[in-house]
Amino acid sequence: MAGIVSFGAYVPPTRLGFSVLAGRAPKDGGPERAVAWNDEDAVTMGVTAAVNCLRGFDRASVDALVFASTTYAFKEKQAAALVAKALDLRRDVRTTDVSGSLRAGTDALHAALDAVTAGSAKRVLVVASDCRLGAPGSALEQSFGDGAAAFLIGGADAVATFEGAFAIADEIVDVWRSEGDAFVHSWEERFVVQEGYTPGITEVVRGLLAKLGAKAGDFTRVALFGPDARSHQAAARALKIDASALVDPLFGKLGNAGVAFTPLLLASALEAAKEGDRILVAGYGDGGEAMAFAVTDHIGKLEPRRGVAWHLARRRAVASYDRYRAARGLDAREWVQGRDPGLSATIHFRERDEDVAFKGQKCSRCGGVQFPLQRVCERCFAKDDFELVRLSDRVGTVQTYTFDFFFPTPDPPTVVTVTEIDGARVHLQLVNVRPEQVRIGLPVEFEFRRIHQVGGRPNYYWKGVPIPEGN
Amino acid sequence: MRADALRDKAAVLGVGCCPFGENWDQSPSDMIVDAAYEAYADAGIEDPQRQVDAVFTGSIYSNKGPHECSDALKLFGKPVTMVSNYCATGTDAFRIAVMSIAAGVYDTVLVVGYDKPKDRGVSGPSVMMDRVRDLPQTPAGWFSLCASTYFAKYGAGREELARIAVKNHKNGCLAPNSFLKREISLEEALSGRMISWPFGLYDCAAQTDGAAAAIVTRADLAKKPGAARILVKGVTVIAGPNPQKDPGNDFLSWKPTGWAAADVYAQAGITKPMDEIDVAQVHDCFTLTELLTYEDLGFIEKGAAKEHIAAGTFELSGELPVNTDGGLKAFGHPTGATGVRMIYENVLQLRGKAGKRQIKDARVALSHNIGGHPTACGIAILGRE
Repeated sequence: MAGIVSFGAYVPPTRLGFSVLAGRAPKDGGPERAVAWNDEDAVTMGVTAAVNCLRGFDRASVDALVFASTTYAFKEKQAAALVAKALDLRRDVRTTDVSGSLRAGTDALHAALDAVTAGSAKRVLVVASDCRLGAPGSALEQSFGDGAAAFLIGGADAVATFEGAFAIADEIVDVWRSEGDAFVHSWEERFVVQEGYTPGITEVVRGLLAKLGAKAGDFTRVALFGPDARSHQAAARALKIDASALVDPLFGKLGNAGVAFTPLLLASALEAAKEGDRILVAGYGDGGEAMAFAVTDHIGKLEPRRGVAWHLARRRAVASYDRYRAARGLDAREWVQGRDPGLSATIHFRERDEDVAFKGQKCSRCGGVQFPLQRVCERCFAKDDFELVRLSDRVGTVQTYTFDFFFPTPDPPTVVTVTEIDGARVHLQLVNVRPEQVRIGLPVEFEFRRIHQVGGRPNYYWKGVPIPEGN
Repeated sequence: MRADALRDKAAVLGVGCCPFGENWDQSPSDMIVDAAYEAYADAGIEDPQRQVDAVFTGSIYSNKGPHECSDALKLFGKPVTMVSNYCATGTDAFRIAVMSIAAGVYDTVLVVGYDKPKDRGVSGPSVMMDRVRDLPQTPAGWFSLCASTYFAKYGAGREELARIAVKNHKNGCLAPNSFLKREISLEEALSGRMISWPFGLYDCAAQTDGAAAAIVTRADLAKKPGAARILVKGVTVIAGPNPQKDPGNDFLSWKPTGWAAADVYAQAGITKPMDEIDVAQVHDCFTLTELLTYEDLGFIEKGAAKEHIAAGTFELSGELPVNTDGGLKAFGHPTGATGVRMIYENVLQLRGKAGKRQIKDARVALSHNIGGHPTACGIAILGRE
């Protein structure tokens, strides 16, 4: 029977306080939202969530990858293939992008469950990630949050087996973004709630309950999408969902994470789940979709995940609205950015094993590991006698560092290091770190990030991150 | 190489150097002509068309190849070669010139180093990026990578670096063609805005336009009544691994300098550099580069720079004056010109013509460049006969 074998999440540690949005100083403990920083986007957050999901699992076992987002940078060029390369998945992995609707995350989950149920794949990785922009000063700017969730869908060893799903399609212009729009639009709020969200979410939940012959009270954890706290509460009441069963929608902590919102709530439910729990999940967007899961005894065997709670506990307040504007590229610029062809596509093509998959090579003669890929060994000068090794999931050690005040960033300085990874020396930026924390010998792990925007498109590479406490 | 292959085979007959600076009103050609014609006059060359057999030119910013130099000087119908080797470009052009003379290929050749970074429209250090993993980065970022490690091991810090900047600014005031003629205080040096820790503004060389030239000839042709010859004792350029990926790098020194020093000292027959060298021009693209170079050249023990900086060992009045004309820091750093500018300064010092910055009875002079990440080092040693 198909189900969720593993899960992981990613929420940026940078949090924008509502007080900062209102032009005041950051306030400890006040409401806030998660903000992807200038080197993060839907792809980078999705890769990190997927890495967290796959921890302890063989990446070669993944038959297919579905990536769901409304905020991928390219109109033409797949995100899933990029994510698969960053994760170093098999060459023959099937990849699909799902987009165009807030429902894309639950759509992707549903499609993956169908594929495993049908036997066309044994394991499917689902990654839902979003990084939406509300216009400066708008209500959406405050209510949105950025984040990603990932699920490994499989047959055996599921921690939560799939019981069924119910979906409806609806044609409504409530929340939308057209070609060329930087910001998400919304029609009048009461219309969105009264004619879009509330009927949609309640209809799919009731439809699923009817299909399963169950009632709301049968579910111990209920994860509902919601455009805001009040509408979310009202929908839960209308569905007679007990407050104790309702998964915290994280308003004022994470924010509405778009395509990733419902998946993040599902991950949140799974983190706290125990055997015998039944989980109901309902997403909204151009209609809606509800799914039911039964938690199995495997939940106790799954190593603790870096999930929603783990990430929410690791936060850094954004000091000012100006920093946020700079990080999200909302400031006017002297020069119109990159309509040039950008970095050489052929160099990118030749170096994708290093840059995207973060692979080094191990010399078959002397055993030394080096980066980037080279024809002649740095140590023993053997020629063309190497095997590729994945560095992205290793732990590195800072050998030396500097603080670069010249590198364009919203919050200088940029920490630049030479980091040793299994003997290979790599020139890397370090993120999620304050300068005073940097030291020689600091152990670091690695995250996929944007390195720059040459050519007006995101260029991705890896950066070092200090190993978090409570790893 | 054979240690005696180059020693005393070639002589520097004449040198020239245009004022370094933000030469807004000068093209590369203008600067090349100024430097080369000064070198012609200094060498007593009246008919360069007939007397110059070949030209070796170096630049890292020019994309026009050797033609830029030959067209400026209208030196046609003879070999003209362009050399590019990061900051060692000037020394490398000089090395190839010396080899061509030692090999007996030519009698007299012209070396021209130049660069025109101020035509790029940006201030400050260059940003290099042509592939994804080339972080948009500055040379300050590369050269500062030895700081955390060196400071942790040997206890030096930003103050030692600042003292080097103060010294070079002071020396620069005494060189007529230098860019920055302003002394700075230690406090001023320490208070510049941060570029890449530990380098503040005053730890970084002044990037300028400039050109420098030298006439190199066969030693036996250089004999002039009443004038001591300036002979080439040794010259080398050594490549090293990129320290950012070199698995063996300890970030306490830059390897190519040590290798190049061993090579050039063997050529020149030098065993005690501190005692045998009278004056040195070393690559101070950043103050820390100069500090490490004191040690990497074997002037002093590894780790001893702090005490020697405090003692003034490398000041004009010290035991071994370094960067007597202000160095890259104050004289300026047009990359391709810098190695040749150092030859210019050393020739003046060896002739006793260095004015207020003259080192008394200088007989052996060393010049040193290190460039790239750094990945290449060039050293030349000249001696007065």
